[in-house]
Amino acid sequence: MIPARFEYHRPSDVSAALAILTEHGDDARVLAGGHSLIPMMKLRMAAIEHLIDLQDIAELKGISVDGGTITIGAMTTQHELIDNADLAKAAPILREAALQIADPQVRYVGTVGGNVANGDPGNDMPGLMQCLGATFHLVGPGGTRDVAARDYYEAAYMTDREDDEILVSVSFPVPEGGYAYEKQKRKIGDYATAACAVQVTMAGGSCTAASIAMTNLSDTPIWSKDAGAVLVGTDCGPGAIGAAVDAAVAAIDPTEDNRGPVEFKKHVAGVVIRRAIERAISRA
Amino acid sequence: MNDLTPSREERTENLKGLGCSRKRVEDARFTQGKGNYVDDIKMPGMLFGDFVRSPYAHARVKNINSEEALKVPGVLAVLTAKDLEPLGLHWMPTLAGDKQMVLADGKVLFQGQEVAFVVATDRYAAADGIEAVEVEYEELPVVVDPFKALDPDAPVLREDLEGQTEGAHGPRKHHNHIFLWEAGDKEATESVLASADVVAEEMVYYHRTHPCPLEPCGCVASMDKVNGKLTLWGTFQAPHAVRTVASLISGIAEHNIRVISPDIGGGFGNKVGVYPGYVCSIVASIVTGKPVKWIEDRMDNLMATAFARDYWMKGKIAATKEGKITGLWCHTTADHGGFDACADPTKFPAGFMNICTGSYDIPVAYLGVDGVYTNKAPGGVAYRCSFRVTEAAYFIERMIEILAIELNMDAAELRRINFIKKEQFPYQSALGWEYDSGDYHTAWEKALKAVDYEGLRKEQAERVEAFKRGETRKLLGIGLTHFTEIVGAGPVKNCDILGLGMFDSCEIRIHPTGSAIARLGTISQGQGHATTFAQILASEIGLPADSITIEEGDTDTAPYGLGTYGSRSTPVAGAATAMAGRKIRAKAQMIAAYLLEVHDDDVEWDVDRFAVKGAPERFKTMAEIAFAAYNQAIPGIEPGLEAVSYYDPPNMTYPFGAYICVMEIDVDTGVHEIRQFYALDDCGTRINPMIIEGQVHGGVTEALAIAMGQEIAYDEMGNVKTGTLMDFFLPTAWETPNYTTDHTTTPSPHHPIGAKGVGESPNVGGVPAFSNAVHDAFRAFGLRQSHMPHDHWRIWKTAHDLGLHG
Repeated sequence: MIPARFEYHRPSDVSAALAILTEHGDDARVLAGGHSLIPMMKLRMAAIEHLIDLQDIAELKGISVDGGTITIGAMTTQHELIDNADLAKAAPILREAALQIADPQVRYVGTVGGNVANGDPGNDMPGLMQCLGATFHLVGPGGTRDVAARDYYEAAYMTDREDDEILVSVSFPVPEGGYAYEKQKRKIGDYATAACAVQVTMAGGSCTAASIAMTNLSDTPIWSKDAGAVLVGTDCGPGAIGAAVDAAVAAIDPTEDNRGPVEFKKHVAGVVIRRAIERAISRA
Repeated sequence: MNDLTPSREERTENLKGLGCSRKRVEDARFTQGKGNYVDDIKMPGMLFGDFVRSPYAHARVKNINSEEALKVPGVLAVLTAKDLEPLGLHWMPTLAGDKQMVLADGKVLFQGQEVAFVVATDRYAAADGIEAVEVEYEELPVVVDPFKALDPDAPVLREDLEGQTEGAHGPRKHHNHIFLWEAGDKEATESVLASADVVAEEMVYYHRTHPCPLEPCGCVASMDKVNGKLTLWGTFQAPHAVRTVASLISGIAEHNIRVISPDIGGGFGNKVGVYPGYVCSIVASIVTGKPVKWIEDRMDNLMATAFARDYWMKGKIAATKEGKITGLWCHTTADHGGFDACADPTKFPAGFMNICTGSYDIPVAYLGVDGVYTNKAPGGVAYRCSFRVTEAAYFIERMIEILAIELNMDAAELRRINFIKKEQFPYQSALGWEYDSGDYHTAWEKALKAVDYEGLRKEQAERVEAFKRGETRKLLGIGLTHFTEIVGAGPVKNCDILGLGMFDSCEIRIHPTGSAIARLGTISQGQGHATTFAQILASEIGLPADSITIEEGDTDTAPYGLGTYGSRSTPVAGAATAMAGRKIRAKAQMIAAYLLEVHDDDVEWDVDRFAVKGAPERFKTMAEIAFAAYNQAIPGIEPGLEAVSYYDPPNMTYPFGAYICVMEIDVDTGVHEIRQFYALDDCGTRINPMIIEGQVHGGVTEALAIAMGQEIAYDEMGNVKTGTLMDFFLPTAWETPNYTTDHTTTPSPHHPIGAKGVGESPNVGGVPAFSNAVHDAFRAFGLRQSHMPHDHWRIWKTAHDLGLHG
């Protein structure tokens, strides 16, 4: 569990980080919290010759709730998400989800940017960002670029980000209505067996908007447009919820692992999705 | 005496002796990060060694090329079996009478097996060197199923044993067979089964798991070429045994070997065995003349050093219609992996599995255990248990539940009918043990009352009805267990390891000013010996526990002993401590009588002093006696106040307990919630109630892990699927429920202070309590048996297979 030799870089601004990234190309990777990358390096499954630690870059940190938009710097930790009162008020689903990520020690170091950028299907933030309709802001040699969270993920560890780009922040409109992040895991520190993020708005007993996304149930996060659409215009009664669950389950493609076989995961996913929807509706 | 004289109660309290919840003296250094573990040892010029390990479970090693590795800066040597062969060290004896490759000798038998040992200036260089060693493998067919291992045409795993029909424990009936070990009366048992009113039959599997101590295994070997002395620091649960074995293997005279166990971060049986890392470090130190350190990482630990369990226990239990058990039959297929490296007393290749009649008066029984080789890691250690007692307890406690189903009877009542009665002790079991003492009915009734058993059953029945009406998706399980342990190995007449008798020892030196040091042949890995052994001694010799230093783990200073595992420290070394204390007191009595100018028989012991009979105001305290012992010429008495005792116990001790787990199960997700866990332990005389409670909390938590998720799983290619803590379940505070502890006290009649040992009881009793709760939740829907660990998906599958998902 000792990585191969590597050069450690610790730039203090984004342009310096980009310069190192450009100089070394494929041999370089940026380091956020390190919870995915460092174990891969220790297992020598990832050979990174130049590691660019982003922790000294102040412009990558911070949470702002400005007008109708929430912006979170890539190097903001999970703990900071939990600890931020403005965010808890504006988008309580983030706090609920972050509290279900690993344990406090991990959350003190783990970052939003690392969580969303890496493309690990087990990470919780990608599904959540898709639920919230977030936009990812990338910086590269050619300037800045925005990508919708719902378009960012291509396959496990494969994303729309180019090798010479850095994800600098995420932003999303302040969510409205009821919310829930429901996650089943084997233990603290585990990835989800199944997890689901839901935002629902109700008006006059009728659903006006619904967004449903799932974690670790495919090789990318899954935002099910159909599942949300099924709820809209209904009273969110048992029939509508059942239809939404069916639509969401139809969109996933889990694989067997130590958590269990596909049949089990699909069944549990259905239960978790249902509970998330019901809890979100109860808060709407 | 006057009003200022402390009362007997005050003086007793001042000693902090038996029964006192004295705070652990070890904790001051541990809580301040001032422990001294093996990896904290740093010596000038120290080198670091680490292993090239096999990625395959079964393969021929065609070639090992170290050329590139030796070019890596800092890499000094790459040892292979060829280098060890001239020393006769390419294989080593196991504690179970088998032998094990130190480094791959032509083939590998499990994933993670040690293939080459890279020696470098630091662990980083060693890791780079490992990457650069080129090993050419030729894959061979893999056997991970112990039943398939015994197929006539199964691949030959141990080519070194080919043609050998006689093993260390009798005849081998197949090329992958290790031994058949039998106990009891097979014919009589089968005859009872044939004519019984009721016979319940089931396969009970206790899966493969791992002790996973927080600190993995490691050592530092330092050969001083000037004086010819080898010093070996390591995570050894039995330092003296390591010294003797190291001497026998290496040919270095035993007085030239010093073995030191520093602070050890948990053992749980994982640190009993002898591992290739120790041998390679010693060789590397001899070759280089420098100290060599080897420390496992977590993946090494889970993959390669001793696992636990992996017992397939086929059981048949016979009873009358009224529920009186008439016979018990068990045949176990034991998966030992590539080498038989169990750490059992030599005459017991299946440990004390023949305690599997449990707490019940079963007139006739038979046990047969077939040990089998497979392409898995060697081990089979007693993970927080006494040599296969966990397996035995799980087996009988499952069989009782299954019999209760068969009889349509309440499982608590079935136990009550069959418990060995108080007046039957000492009790001769059908499989050959003499239980020393017990009062099972009292403990059982106390436990049932404490949890309101009748109320729970009523609630459970209501829950089942509500479930059937569709009002809830949660079931309620009530997991019952009454276990009997056998610990304190043990009498030298039938317990030895590699011929080393399993006595233990204590040596006491009283200092002139009334304090003392005691050294023992055991070694604490978290048990708190420095706290509790001082308490035993305080009560025996009347010096405050706070004035007594306990020292263990250095073979140059401690008396010979067989170490700490199998809950043997208190039953054996604790007894030696009491006996050595009594020798001190006997001499002290003569000194006191001289000082008080009376006859020896005219003084009597009173807490911390000898007083003249009938004149309690005339006394000499132990501290005064100690000073006189050294500084006053006493006719006919040698100066000094020291004693040593080697204790060979006349029998094992038999702690017991009643555990009840109340569990909620979500049938749709397989998620469980422990609502209540009640643990009543009877470990005889209680030395330190707080430490007992801590042991119970820790042991039940490990039991929770094992029963509910922890396993070493292999795929069909022999790849370890659970090689990191992501997949290997180690509970955190979050997963750990609240426990209620309770006790009864039935002293051991043969132990000097009546203590029985407790460290392992909670693991032995906890696993069946959790597992029985899961099974019990589904009893109303027809479940008889399912296999641990009861993780979410297995519980879900149980519910699914019972048709509970609609």
